[in-house]
Amino acid sequence: MLTILYFASVKEKAGRGEETVRLPAAVTDVMGLVVWLRQRGGGPAAALTDLAAVRVAVNQEHARFDHPLSGDEEVAFFPPVTGGAP
Amino acid sequence: MIRVQREAFDVGAEIASLCAGDTAAGGVCVFIGRVREFAHGAALQAMTLEHYPGMTERQLQALEAEAQRRWLLEKTLIIHRYGRLLPGEAIVLVITAAAHREAAFDACRFLIDCLKTTAPFWKAEETAAGSRWVDACAADDAATLGWQDGAVEGGS
Repeated sequence: MLTILYFASVKEKAGRGEETVRLPAAVTDVMGLVVWLRQRGGGPAAALTDLAAVRVAVNQEHARFDHPLSGDEEVAFFPPVTGGAP
Repeated sequence: MIRVQREAFDVGAEIASLCAGDTAAGGVCVFIGRVREFAHGAALQAMTLEHYPGMTERQLQALEAEAQRRWLLEKTLIIHRYGRLLPGEAIVLVITAAAHREAAFDACRFLIDCLKTTAPFWKAEETAAGSRWVDACAADDAATLGWQDGAVEGGS
């Protein structure tokens, strides 16, 4: 099973912080997951409509949207990070 | 060492604890990031930091390891807080201790610059107008780029 996490403004739009999904066989990378989530609809689809301000991590490492997925990863979607000092 | 915590930290106690028994470090550099009272022209009432438990620790540990690879450091400590913080409260603490001051200064700046663009923290600012998420800053990305291998200067 694949765990999907949403953080900050992406979490607010998604209406949830976490979900677990069985990845369809046709989905082989992060962009495929995004397309599938958009087709599924609801909050996550709205949160992932515009990817300009969305970043992704796979298994807690920053990743690109062409990062491959096998179906048992932890994938996180979030806005660009803003930690640290002013 | 890295710590991600909700609680406030005591800078003096952290320096003393980090450097206890260490007689090799001739220079200790400390950076403290604090909540500023103004946010985009409006008075800030509070700031809430959300983070990604697990990934935050991994990213901070990776940054610390990178600093220790680049500079000869005796000790390093990064503490980053999360949760709701008020203006004037400390958000982040970076301490670097090295035999010579150059390494301590450079590594400290490297850690705070790169932490801002790699550690998964997000700030929401509360003002009289309500709460809003802070957008990432292009200058911060530039500061991190300045530290990529080959670059000499960090930040701007």
